[in-house]
Amino acid sequence: MSFPYLSVLGGLPLVGAVLLALLPRSRSAMAATVALGTSLITLVLGVVVGLQFDAGAAGFQLSEQVDWIPSLGVHYALGVDGIGLTLVLLTVVLTPVVILASWHDGDAGRWSTNSFFAWMLALEGLAIGVFAATDVFLFYVLFEATLIPIYFLIGGFGGGQRSYAAVKFLLYSLFGGLLMLASVVGLYVVSAEAGAPSYLLSDLMDVTMGESTGRLLFAGFFIAFAVKAPMFPLHTWLPDAAQSATPGTSVLLVSILDKIGTFGMIRFCLGLFPEASQWASPVVIALATFSVLYGALVAIGQTDMRRLVAYTSVSHFGFIVLGIFVFTSQGGSGSTLYMFNHGLSTAALFLVTGMLIQRRGSAEIADFGGVQKVAPVLAGVFLVAGLSSLSLPGLSPFVSEFLVLVGTFRTSVVAAAVATLGIVLAALYILLMYQRTMNGPLHESAAAIPDLRLRERLALAPVLGLIVILGFFPQPLLEVIDPAVGATLEQVGVEQPKPDVPLTAADEEQP
Amino acid sequence: MLPAEAGGGVPVLPVEAEGLFSLLWLIVALPALGAVLLLLGGRAVNRLGHLVGTAMSAGSFVVALVLFIGLLGRGEEERQVQQQLWTWLEVGDYTVDMGLLFDPLSAVFVLLITGVGSLIHLYSIGYMVHDERRGRFFAYLNLFVAAMLVLVLADDYLAVFLGWEGVGLASYLLIGFWAHKQSAAVAAKKAFIVNRVGDLGMSLAVMAMVATFSTSSFVGVSAGMPEASSGIATALGLLLLLAACGKSAQVPLQSWLLDAMEGPTPVSALIHAATMVTAGVYLVVRSNFIYAEAPVAQVAVMVVGLVTLLFGAVIGCAKDDIKKALAGSTMSQIGYMMLAAGIGPAGYAFAIFHLLTHGFFKANMFLGAGSVMHAMDDDVDMRHYGALSRALPITFVTFAAGYLAIIGFPGFAGFWSKDKIIEAAFAEGWIFGVGALLGAGVTAFYMTRVMLMTFFGDKRWRPEVHPHESPSVITVPLMVLGALSVVGGVLLLGGWITHWLEPVTGPEGEHELFVSALVLTAMVTLTVAIGVAVAWVVFGRQSVPDSAPQRVSWLTRAARNDLYGDAFNEAVFMRPGQQLVRGLVYVDDKIIDASVGGLAALVSGSSGQVRRSQTGFVRSYALTMLGGALVAVVATLAVTLA
Repeated sequence: MSFPYLSVLGGLPLVGAVLLALLPRSRSAMAATVALGTSLITLVLGVVVGLQFDAGAAGFQLSEQVDWIPSLGVHYALGVDGIGLTLVLLTVVLTPVVILASWHDGDAGRWSTNSFFAWMLALEGLAIGVFAATDVFLFYVLFEATLIPIYFLIGGFGGGQRSYAAVKFLLYSLFGGLLMLASVVGLYVVSAEAGAPSYLLSDLMDVTMGESTGRLLFAGFFIAFAVKAPMFPLHTWLPDAAQSATPGTSVLLVSILDKIGTFGMIRFCLGLFPEASQWASPVVIALATFSVLYGALVAIGQTDMRRLVAYTSVSHFGFIVLGIFVFTSQGGSGSTLYMFNHGLSTAALFLVTGMLIQRRGSAEIADFGGVQKVAPVLAGVFLVAGLSSLSLPGLSPFVSEFLVLVGTFRTSVVAAAVATLGIVLAALYILLMYQRTMNGPLHESAAAIPDLRLRERLALAPVLGLIVILGFFPQPLLEVIDPAVGATLEQVGVEQPKPDVPLTAADEEQP
Repeated sequence: MLPAEAGGGVPVLPVEAEGLFSLLWLIVALPALGAVLLLLGGRAVNRLGHLVGTAMSAGSFVVALVLFIGLLGRGEEERQVQQQLWTWLEVGDYTVDMGLLFDPLSAVFVLLITGVGSLIHLYSIGYMVHDERRGRFFAYLNLFVAAMLVLVLADDYLAVFLGWEGVGLASYLLIGFWAHKQSAAVAAKKAFIVNRVGDLGMSLAVMAMVATFSTSSFVGVSAGMPEASSGIATALGLLLLLAACGKSAQVPLQSWLLDAMEGPTPVSALIHAATMVTAGVYLVVRSNFIYAEAPVAQVAVMVVGLVTLLFGAVIGCAKDDIKKALAGSTMSQIGYMMLAAGIGPAGYAFAIFHLLTHGFFKANMFLGAGSVMHAMDDDVDMRHYGALSRALPITFVTFAAGYLAIIGFPGFAGFWSKDKIIEAAFAEGWIFGVGALLGAGVTAFYMTRVMLMTFFGDKRWRPEVHPHESPSVITVPLMVLGALSVVGGVLLLGGWITHWLEPVTGPEGEHELFVSALVLTAMVTLTVAIGVAVAWVVFGRQSVPDSAPQRVSWLTRAARNDLYGDAFNEAVFMRPGQQLVRGLVYVDDKIIDASVGGLAALVSGSSGQVRRSQTGFVRSYALTMLGGALVAVVATLAVTLA
């Protein structure tokens, strides 16, 4: 067996978390430094994992497999395909950014600073595990385990109604988790009936199941993922969580953890239940399209910046789900890339609004105005983050959003046309917020807002840099994603749409 | 070069860039580099920002000029030069390459953008000298030029879209440059959002191309168009028209242009005269291979052009703000170009011809207006001007050259280009011809009004104003543009412009007129003379009141209110939209979220009920046990006995 890259990658932050828990309590700067160091080492190892990955090869790579509960067919099995790798990379990139940006946010919590950073690292480790798990049972366990750190991060270190928000988040997630558990048990039954029970993805993909069984099991997984994603009408936990959590926690929650929902849809809904996925796709497409517009419209009406950003995510997740369920290679690859890009863009937006809110002591849009005059760098970062959220060409989210729309158009012109309206609404919610907070006459109470400090600039710079670079050069990620999406679509068994007017060979020969 | 088939479009068949043409990428890269340097460079770079910015733009112009001369020296079949840079994205069967296409069409655009653009950079050095954020201003100017160059040089519709939205961003930043003013901030946002509505069309058009051809490159789409169904062709034509309406401020997406005058005046000249608003015309002419298959869409383009040319002209008549009067005229002149572009191969070259001459004389007049405002302490109200010809001699002479060009005074640039469009419009249908002719008369009227109110009549200056001519960094660009306004018509000599564009748009074709072209020219000139005369009677012979008269016709009132474009948008989109948002927020909060909360309350409520039985008193437990035992006994008995 070769070097267990993925186990080490996921294990490193967990070890860091334990280390932090053992450190003496009073040294908050020490805790932040240890956390940052751990996450940076993890980042380096993550990059190594990325380099180890062979973009051309199909299937799971860097696989590890050990029997765990043989009687139930449960394994400790890890491995990544292009989709999993993309999300693992997102996790290891964003965690150090979040830690650097949250340097002092753990000092005012219900528990010690050490525990704040320890929970963050624990979350990173568990998230890597979720994205790398190739055993359904292992996935389920890790999926539920991620709830613990995020519960404590919201409930212990947020502001406002943090306890209410944390419990609400937990209940929603547990409800979804329960349905998924039922489906996981169901999978055991199906697999046992077919022969030896096994929770390995590779084994389950080959199991044939009855039509209604497949659809029921699909529903259990799908609803759990739709809560996580979050999709209308299961989304209302998110605005409350984002409003009460620290900005860093919101980033971990929305940029990374919520991706488990859409990631799960690709890997488990499409991968294990191709027939049911096709059966459900009209409803899911309708719901996703509706989510796009609904999230955007409700975002326009928000007065609290954090809630606004949360609702924009409802809209963006609508795009991601849409791309997944149209079953085209542009749609699927676009959605996977969207997950990565949305992670970056939302991270920038949550962090910069968080910095703004912290300076002013209010999150109400009406309490700001004219800030660009006193804090031009902050305003510039805010604008770039906002523009990435409205998918301006040249910034990374445009590529993914456009691919999703192209992929959708080839399956359903109506859904594509309706979802495209989202680009106008996105311009509205972003530019209205920007205009009211940053432009116009200087609001008297905003006059004392200082510009971004060095630490904050260092935290935001890599995110913005990636957003710009991937806007022009998305190919390195797409090259990894496209084969994995192709394999998934093959599993679903949908014919790819053909152009009405195929280019003849003669045309292609033109320089 | 394949000859165009009857009714068919001209396919794009480029040759690979080599030798001199491998420098093509520099045209875009220079201003882009300038923008990046100035945006990230901090204070030290920003102090030199005006020099860096102007140098980058001028450098780009030089490269463009060299390549243009190179293109002139090539045979007609080798005048479409393509440079592949890198693969932007490749997913499934869809690939987009970042590539540039330098052909007769993009070449003239590149020259206009970098040439007029560089003059505007130069002018801005003087105009923005007292602004502490001058470096930033030049960063945005460079960003704008770079984006516009991407727009006209890209060889794939998706890459055009990159420049398209980049121009939108740059205009957002420049219109809102003085963002501490609420009006500027609102105008910038409005421009971006109205443009985004147009972008819906562009996005959907590209999606439809991918669905139809698996590509969005000019080469692929132009090759596939003849095979596509007429439904697809019409849809593409109409979607691209929607996009063009946004950028080119054509009805119904015109409302942003007048507000956009909130930006510094060089911005108005750059964005709203010479370049950005011409993007829509470029898109239509570039997509000639699509419109060749979509006659319905062509008619739609013509109708939009006709409506807008009258719409803008009427608005221009009623504005006292010198920049808004010019903005109305921009809208109107672009309408002429769209009208010509809608005609097809017989009109494309004249659309581009008018676009070039308009680029000269309108930039000239906007910059001239800036020079006047400079002299009048940034007052824009023409009722406060008058008799400035003596105080601002250079500005006056150059502005007058622009004026004569725009009204179509015989011999000046606009005379040749507008005349050709009216001629082509008459050949297409009398309603288009009469509309275009009428527009020419109205143009003469409102431009004479601007001229008279600004430079002639009595002094109506505010007491504290002491007008003086601007420094040479401002007047030199005016003189260059003034000269171009006079001689711009040479492009038509020997039919050069039509011949030059033939590899892109196909041969002009013949059209029949009901009268000879010479008679038509006389009619146009007569109409213009009438317009001038009426303006002279109204504004030249009598003194101009200090404030706008209130007892005016409904038409004047409508024109002052931009023909109720904003009121319409407010009533139809904004207010219902706000209601919808308010309603949805309520639903989200009070119904969707509350139903979950209600479920929780139900659970906790019923558990409260159950809890009440747990009193902790042994006697009540005993009673319950007794009751339970009794029920059990009775039940057992009942079952046994039954």
